[in-house]
Amino acid sequence: MPGVIAAFTGADLASEWAAPMPCAWPVTPDMKNPPHYPLATQRACYVGDGVAVVVAESPEQAIDALAGIVVDYEEEPAVTDLEDAAADRVLVHPDIGTNRAYTWELISDPDALKKAFDSAAHTVKERYIQQRLIPAAMEPRGVCVVPHPFGGDFTVYSATQIPHILKVMLGITCAVPETSLRVVAPAVGGGFGSKLNVYAEELLALALARKLRRPVRWVEERSEAALATIQGRGQIQEIELAADADGKITAVRVHLIADMGAYLQLVTPGIPLLGAFLYHGVYDVPVYGFSCTSVFTTKTPTDAYRGAGRPEATYAIERAIDALARKLEMDPAEIRRRNFIRPEKFPYSSAAGLVFDSGQYEMALDKSLELVGYDQLRQEQRRRRENGSARLLGIGLSSYVEMCGLAPSRVLASLNYSAGGWEAATVRVLPTGTVQVVTGTSPHGQGHVTSWSMLVADRLGVDPQNVEVLHSDTAVSPHGMDTYGSRSLSVGGTAVAMACDRVLDKARVIAAHQMEVAEEDLEVSAGTFSVRGTPEKSMTLQQVAFEAFTAHNLPDGTEPNLDGSITFDPPNFTFPFGTHVAVVEVDTETGKVDLVQYAALDDCGNQINPLIVEGQVHGGIAQGAAQALWEEAVYDDSGNLLTATLADYLVPSAAELPSFKTGATVTPSPTNILGVKGVGEAGTIASTPAVMNAVVDALSHLGVTQLDMPASPEKVWRALTNVGKEAGR
Amino acid sequence: MQVRMRVNGTEYVHEVEPRLLLVYYLREVVGLTGTNVGCDTSSCGACTVLLDGESVKSCTMLALQADGAEITTIEGLASPDGTLHPVQEAFRQNHALQCGYCTPGMVMAAVSLIREHPDLDEATVREGLEGNLCRCTGYHNIVKAVLAAASAMSAGVPA
Ligand code: FES
Ligand code: FES
Repeated sequence: MPGVIAAFTGADLASEWAAPMPCAWPVTPDMKNPPHYPLATQRACYVGDGVAVVVAESPEQAIDALAGIVVDYEEEPAVTDLEDAAADRVLVHPDIGTNRAYTWELISDPDALKKAFDSAAHTVKERYIQQRLIPAAMEPRGVCVVPHPFGGDFTVYSATQIPHILKVMLGITCAVPETSLRVVAPAVGGGFGSKLNVYAEELLALALARKLRRPVRWVEERSEAALATIQGRGQIQEIELAADADGKITAVRVHLIADMGAYLQLVTPGIPLLGAFLYHGVYDVPVYGFSCTSVFTTKTPTDAYRGAGRPEATYAIERAIDALARKLEMDPAEIRRRNFIRPEKFPYSSAAGLVFDSGQYEMALDKSLELVGYDQLRQEQRRRRENGSARLLGIGLSSYVEMCGLAPSRVLASLNYSAGGWEAATVRVLPTGTVQVVTGTSPHGQGHVTSWSMLVADRLGVDPQNVEVLHSDTAVSPHGMDTYGSRSLSVGGTAVAMACDRVLDKARVIAAHQMEVAEEDLEVSAGTFSVRGTPEKSMTLQQVAFEAFTAHNLPDGTEPNLDGSITFDPPNFTFPFGTHVAVVEVDTETGKVDLVQYAALDDCGNQINPLIVEGQVHGGIAQGAAQALWEEAVYDDSGNLLTATLADYLVPSAAELPSFKTGATVTPSPTNILGVKGVGEAGTIASTPAVMNAVVDALSHLGVTQLDMPASPEKVWRALTNVGKEAGR
Repeated sequence: MQVRMRVNGTEYVHEVEPRLLLVYYLREVVGLTGTNVGCDTSSCGACTVLLDGESVKSCTMLALQADGAEITTIEGLASPDGTLHPVQEAFRQNHALQCGYCTPGMVMAAVSLIREHPDLDEATVREGLEGNLCRCTGYHNIVKAVLAAASAMSAGVPA
């Protein structure tokens, strides 16, 4: 065929792989991880499991050639339902004998748990579905591997969130020495966790570039992205609350069935664990039990999607506490107040075994209610109900806490994660006084260049314009753990700040030597070291940098050049929190839900750049609200994805969303010297339950309390019709 | 087949495959990669450019269909001296982009929207940008930026 260079099946390429596709999180010693390779050889286990690859001179020629490949599939039954999967009726991977990848439990005291439920004045038991979501970063994935003409080296350009991790995994999987690999993540068009992975196409591009000795490029199309890029969520949640007569929660018990999809990708099995500790939310709950059974299905693998485990946990507890409030006929704000972990209890040791760093949950709630005008809204809601309005108002609260700043390496070890959670930074003051910052984080829309520049400018007293931030290229930034889990500022930014402090320490030694004074006699302000009491005697950082560069007159034992490097391993997670309030109008005639107002009160500790913080919150709200109202990856019974295009998968546009009111409180984290907590996922975590609680709040007086996401017009209309029928009976 | 068009003020003539889409013509033949591709169902608007002054999704038409047209892409919006177009400047001021992938299309759509509706309000902006998806910003700051640009332009900042 014209332009076709090569075509391979999985069997043709079998010798390229030194190991199966990587999964870095064997959560239990007996976890089942059926090996899978970039191309399937015997069985394809989901639509999206590649079986052959064509390399051509142009994409059009490759597409034409693909049409010439006829695969003779022998069809086997699909496994799409999670409970059905758990029953092992039909096996996705017959050779492992079960669909259950693992069962993981966290029950601090089984007797106390049983007792708490047996003796409770009130209990609620709820079942929620976390539908699968398609991350839908606006830029699909893409990779280009360039072999160097001599020496066997490769440069890998990939639209990834994790250039550093990718480099290690490519080396292991394709048996290429790490020293022969350079991974560059150029400007990446969004990730949201979906590019926190090691994908078949990246491995294939490297193997093919090696085999064919020429550059190989692959760019994903949107419908391929829907099938072959990981998906998010996918859980059935059962949550039970035990409470005393006053509505004080005494125990939380949770069981999940989590959808892994057909195979385990990089951190697939760990996602439910990232939420496992947080199903009691912001509430002071003494007794806790969590278990999760994770199952294989014949669907696209799941993995990290914005919030990863924590949105699921927050959704369950925040909907369940509303259910408890309804049972006790209590205002949702009041039941939250009664149960919050009180400020004086921090650092708070949770029954699940975490230590929450700091928090002022009631203050955040109060401010959020003020921001949205809660009392007036309740009046308006009452008025509409009394008037028999067909546009009912619903007000939904969601108070959240998340653990982020992934993560203390030792804690990751205790969870069987195969890597650490540190971050590296280098700060160099160049001879002319400009500052070069090397970070191991890998921004793709989070604005690290801006924030790190501000941070460094502030700490070193230089102009932010004179700060250069280097990132996302393993040749310039050799060490890093990359960007995900709202970790970049609290771990990576902290590392940058600590590296600045090393620079200042060194600069002080040099400046003191040059000015012939004791170090203690120097004070530093706005990038200038001056002698206490004799301010005219001073040296700028730039002058110190030049002296460090010439090295003509340095104190004994001081190395030339003014720079500082550090690798920071955080002692704990950080725990951002807040309360979001969603206001919806539900049309009882059509079932259509409109999100009409939204107020977010977030506390992410100290803020470096409030504009960026707000931007992160805005985007998060939109994604979370989309789960509540519009988005769902729908599969038919044979495992075909029915929502593979943006025409079928309803990513909201500006027309579906209101402007947001945002506010902040500042409760610094004691975990890092910046006092920051992270904000990348907060919006997504808080907004899904806020919006769903609002929908239920609009309808509960009519008897609609069980409603799953997305709350589409059809679902709402059916729920209303069903209660209508029951009432009429 | 031969196609001739003016892109950002420069005249181009090329031999192209009849099935070549305008967006790939701009990106791969002319070499202007500012215009992005985000979907295969003309849903996302990442590929929006101006054709004879009006916004079009350049993935929905063939290069041949633009024969003889005047195209403006994101690269052609700022003044030659580097001064940003008021819409670009407003996006910058209002932090209306995060990853930036939707931005070229969003900005081109906004330029056309402001031209069509000299006095915009929030609802018009939201409806008017319905065909352009952004996954990062939640649209809040995009809407703010478009409104700010509209008032800057009506106050006479040269476009
Ligand atoms: S690329 Fe999505 S509308 Fe053109
Ligand atoms: S800024 Fe990333 S998609 Fe809009």
